[in-house]
Amino acid sequence: MRIEVRDLGYIYSEGMPFESVALEGVSFTVESGEFAAVIGHTGSGKSTLLMHLNGLMKPTHGCVLADGIDINEKTKEAREARRKVGLVFQYPEYQLFEETVLKDVCFGPKNYGFSPEECEAKAISALKLVGIDPDVKGSVSPFELSGGEKRRVAIAGVLAMDPQVLILDEPTAGLDPKGHQDILDMVKKIHTDRNLTILLVSHNMDDAARLADRILVLDKGHLAMDGTPQEVFSHYDELHSIGLSTPSASELLHLLKQKGLNVNPNIFDEDEAAEEIVRALNNK
Amino acid sequence: MAIKDITLGQYYPGDSVIHRLDPRTKLIGTVLFLVSLFVVKSFTGFLFCAICLGILVKLSGVPFKFMARGLKAVMFLIVFTAVINLFMTPGTPIWQFGILKIAREGIYRAVFMAIRLVMLIFGSSLLTLTTKPVAMTDGMERLFRPLAKLGLPSHELAMMMTIALRFIPTLLDETDKIMKAQTARGADFESGNLRERAKGLIPLLVPLFVSAFRIAADLAMAMEARCYRGGDGRTRMNGMAFTRLDRIAAVLIVLYFAAVIAIGRLPLF
Repeated sequence: MRIEVRDLGYIYSEGMPFESVALEGVSFTVESGEFAAVIGHTGSGKSTLLMHLNGLMKPTHGCVLADGIDINEKTKEAREARRKVGLVFQYPEYQLFEETVLKDVCFGPKNYGFSPEECEAKAISALKLVGIDPDVKGSVSPFELSGGEKRRVAIAGVLAMDPQVLILDEPTAGLDPKGHQDILDMVKKIHTDRNLTILLVSHNMDDAARLADRILVLDKGHLAMDGTPQEVFSHYDELHSIGLSTPSASELLHLLKQKGLNVNPNIFDEDEAAEEIVRALNNK
Repeated sequence: MAIKDITLGQYYPGDSVIHRLDPRTKLIGTVLFLVSLFVVKSFTGFLFCAICLGILVKLSGVPFKFMARGLKAVMFLIVFTAVINLFMTPGTPIWQFGILKIAREGIYRAVFMAIRLVMLIFGSSLLTLTTKPVAMTDGMERLFRPLAKLGLPSHELAMMMTIALRFIPTLLDETDKIMKAQTARGADFESGNLRERAKGLIPLLVPLFVSAFRIAADLAMAMEARCYRGGDGRTRMNGMAFTRLDRIAAVLIVLYFAAVIAIGRLPLF
């Protein structure tokens, strides 16, 4: 599914003394099957933007189109389009509430009127996709799971609605390095297995560079940059001026360059960076 | 979200004369003002109260529009009271339709009650708008301290109130987040009959309770880590002291109350 955002604007508490502009003139298109990362400083409007993409928030102006359908229309097609945009919030495990894992994952499809059998089939396939064995964990209370498992179950709760676009707001927040890596591997797998369009909000530039085909940079409610990781992360100074950075490999190369080593700093992969450093040292 | 628009009980930052008064002075003053509204028997009396309140609001620097917004939340109550009074007061009927009738006395009482309610709300919101919640509970704790001899745990009550006030915005935020997350999964909180709606709240309430318990456990741990062990022998960072301002206020409050009683004794409309 193709997501098109046109001149999107949102103002919080319009007309009140605490009025603040959260988004202004944001336009971009994410093509079907694309993996895009959204990066931005805290308060840059990332979360507000995400909530607009499946109609949780109504734009003050501009519109959001999913395969050409304005998702804020009151029609059945618009509701259907909203269902196809799955949104996984930060700390999604806080949304778990049912008695068993399976029932909780069924909640989404049930709300959209699927039959109990269909719900269960969707739930089981979603649980398998996130790496939770439905036969072992399906009948357990979600509150008995570990932190990482809870998060997977919560993500399965969104996947069970068969979205065509999956939006994840910092899915790795608060996890240990292994949990972090596992969740990202899972996202990658979902992207390839189901060929979903993915929008990933991240604070981690390494993740963004490694996973995404496309990077959107938000700053103070504006779309500051939009391009491939290669394009975006080569703007070292601009990124730093808006409180962001480049992937750690590139940060290190920039430091080495400043100290006088003749390296190309626009390398974002650790292995390639190591080779570049070795090359530069050998040429010395 | 609409919940955030409620100004009743909110603090409006400022440094006016009213803001600087000791919370105890403001608490006692507010209680006396509220009592005075029940002493008043005439419109002239209300006019006097309204003028005094108006001066206080002006002094506090809180915009009138901001205060009036607090009324919105209780508008239903005011209208409801007025309507009940309008129809239920016996007296000389001036309009009748079936069992519904309006008496002259009814109109008088309805208007009277509405004014009283509006003034009650303005009076009490002036207190909350100009006093930080923590200062307010500190003031209450001090005022209730003499009752400790009767077994009233005034410090514990004040601490509970401080914590409750502190966590209202946190829990509202939490509610908002969970609601959005469940809405994203197709939950519907707005349509259906009463039974369906009540059932629809389960996906919201269960996670909210889980959150509340988590927050409570974290807070208890943080308090114990800083050696909190109840009110005995506890000192304050910001001690309360009556100043010249409070003495002037005390005299004015007494004068005001005397005036209200005096007006009440005059045969006025």
